[in-house]
Amino acid sequence: MTELSAQKVDQALKPPRNQWWDVWDQFKTHKGALAGLFIFVAIILAVTVGPWIWSIDPTYVDIRARNQGPSLAHPFGTDQLGRDLLARLMAGGKVSIAVGMTAMLLSLFLGTLIGVVAGFFKRVEGFLMGMTDLFLSLPLLPLLLLMVTLFREPLSQRFGPETGIFFLIVFAIGVTSWMQTARIVRGEVLALKEREYVLAARSIGTPSRRMVMRHILPNVMSPIMVSATLGIANAIITESALSFLGLGFPPDFPTWGRILFDAVDQMQLYPIRVILPGVAISLTVLSVNYIGDGLRDALDPRIRGR
Amino acid sequence: MLDTAPKTDRKKLVEVRGLKMYFPITAGVFRSHIGDVKAVDNVSFDIFEGETLGLVGESGCGKSTCGRAVLRLYDPTAGSIRIDGAEIGQTGQSDLRHLRPTMQMVFQDPQASLNPRMTVAAIIGEPLEEHTKLSKAEKLDRIYELMDAVGLNRNFANRYPHEFSGGQRQRIGIARALALNPKFIVCDEPIAALDVSIQAQVVNLLEELQDRLGLTYLFISHDLSMVRHIADRVAVMYLGQIIELAPRDALYDKPLHPYTQALLSAVPEPDPNIEAGRRRIILTGDVPSPANPPKGCNFCTRCPKVFDLCKQVEPEFREVEHGRYVACHLYSDTDKTAGQAAANEAQEHPTRRTT
Repeated sequence: MTELSAQKVDQALKPPRNQWWDVWDQFKTHKGALAGLFIFVAIILAVTVGPWIWSIDPTYVDIRARNQGPSLAHPFGTDQLGRDLLARLMAGGKVSIAVGMTAMLLSLFLGTLIGVVAGFFKRVEGFLMGMTDLFLSLPLLPLLLLMVTLFREPLSQRFGPETGIFFLIVFAIGVTSWMQTARIVRGEVLALKEREYVLAARSIGTPSRRMVMRHILPNVMSPIMVSATLGIANAIITESALSFLGLGFPPDFPTWGRILFDAVDQMQLYPIRVILPGVAISLTVLSVNYIGDGLRDALDPRIRGR
Repeated sequence: MLDTAPKTDRKKLVEVRGLKMYFPITAGVFRSHIGDVKAVDNVSFDIFEGETLGLVGESGCGKSTCGRAVLRLYDPTAGSIRIDGAEIGQTGQSDLRHLRPTMQMVFQDPQASLNPRMTVAAIIGEPLEEHTKLSKAEKLDRIYELMDAVGLNRNFANRYPHEFSGGQRQRIGIARALALNPKFIVCDEPIAALDVSIQAQVVNLLEELQDRLGLTYLFISHDLSMVRHIADRVAVMYLGQIIELAPRDALYDKPLHPYTQALLSAVPEPDPNIEAGRRRIILTGDVPSPANPPKGCNFCTRCPKVFDLCKQVEPEFREVEHGRYVACHLYSDTDKTAGQAAANEAQEHPTRRTT
């Protein structure tokens, strides 16, 4: 290495490149992740731009056209009240994905924060992990029902029925699903903080918060990513369950979960009405899973470039 | 007592007095405190500016703990540590921050001491990030300068630690330690995880940097030959205590403490003729638990020259010759005859290296 002439060294010398370019380069090599990204972007486009192109009102009831199969007027058919299924899927997808993503982010934020703080600062570990165990032991569905019953009215009045319920559901799902993430992250942090590079950072005089940001968080990325991808699925399904129990969004407000449960009664007669929202949920969850998988690999420099 | 050390004209950079590092043992439902692991028990030494103090001892005797406690990576139980005139024995971690640039550490395992998710430039730049207000370009210049100093190709700045060999990783660790122009570096077995050909490179690099930058090292190692090569003075630890501290040549030529004698007799000789006639002192038994050290002298359970006094009174760590400190009753004033006998014996049966 030292035998390189000075000129040669200077020619080859590049200033440190932004790490995210390396991440993107590696991400591109993961076929599954690319496919996942493609499908996820397609779904997002379909639920956001789609309603502008397919401009049928998803709540418009046409009782004479009920229970129709696929046709040109209704590509996915109609439901038992004659509402267009394609329009309902697009409108429902927007809500379901928004709820899933936001609730996942909230639960991830809470879980990571509590896990890292509990793992890194011994003083609060007992309290925080006790709280995590407390939340884990709570029966979640009754708790969710209680929260919805108590806060639906005030929130609806404050922010309007749809936004109010959106906040409520995101919050309810977020604060009841962070515990697994917290436990996993805490375990990782406990192992990481004994590593010598953390000790090296301490010998440099790095304060705790920067130590966490620079050394701990990037190294617990993998379990966080896994939690995130599973969290989206979990959130969409919990929202469906709430809608099914009649405590989620108003009955005429479509979400994937509600479309699914509305169709369950006549599943044997009209299976397509169950299959379509089911496939939509599965595709979203699966594509997010693959994206998470690719991102996790791309973020790890030891795997990168292989 | 240590103030009458040989090189009185030189400035003392590090002064450690009565350093104790106990790790509590708790048990039961209420986590009650039932004892301490005395990892470092009442250790005192000085390091002069520009010298290398070797710290040797067997595994688990508290060498690394001592080194880390001196840098305040642990909060010591008791004792005073002065580095470059500043007392840091009981200072809070946040007040220590601005003193950190003076003292740095090179770690044992170069793989574990580098964050796998940071590039070499980011790793070497971290101390600069924390303690200087350099612009991005200035920082990069300094990083390249440091990489040159430790013999790393500048083109490696964007790579990650796993792409390097062990020796190169240790160079990265050394570059990081040098980033803030420290005066004092604790080398915690910096060569133990490297293979022998690389060990020489790294040790020579450390020596070269010392000459060029006037560094002071506390060199922790269990490799006695390597310590003989690099150290100016050597301290021998046993069960959390320094039992002998002497200039290198004096210690290797005529070890005073029975433990040092046994330790040095275990060093193999390259010459097969001498090796065949080498007289090894084999110690029997195990090292006592540091949680429950024996009464009296720590070494009394295994010492070949043990007598009654050893099992009752803890020997004082005192100067027996100019610049030589030993904690052993064989050399104490209160027992002149025994001391004389031991000295005679040392003359009669000197270890191989004196011949």
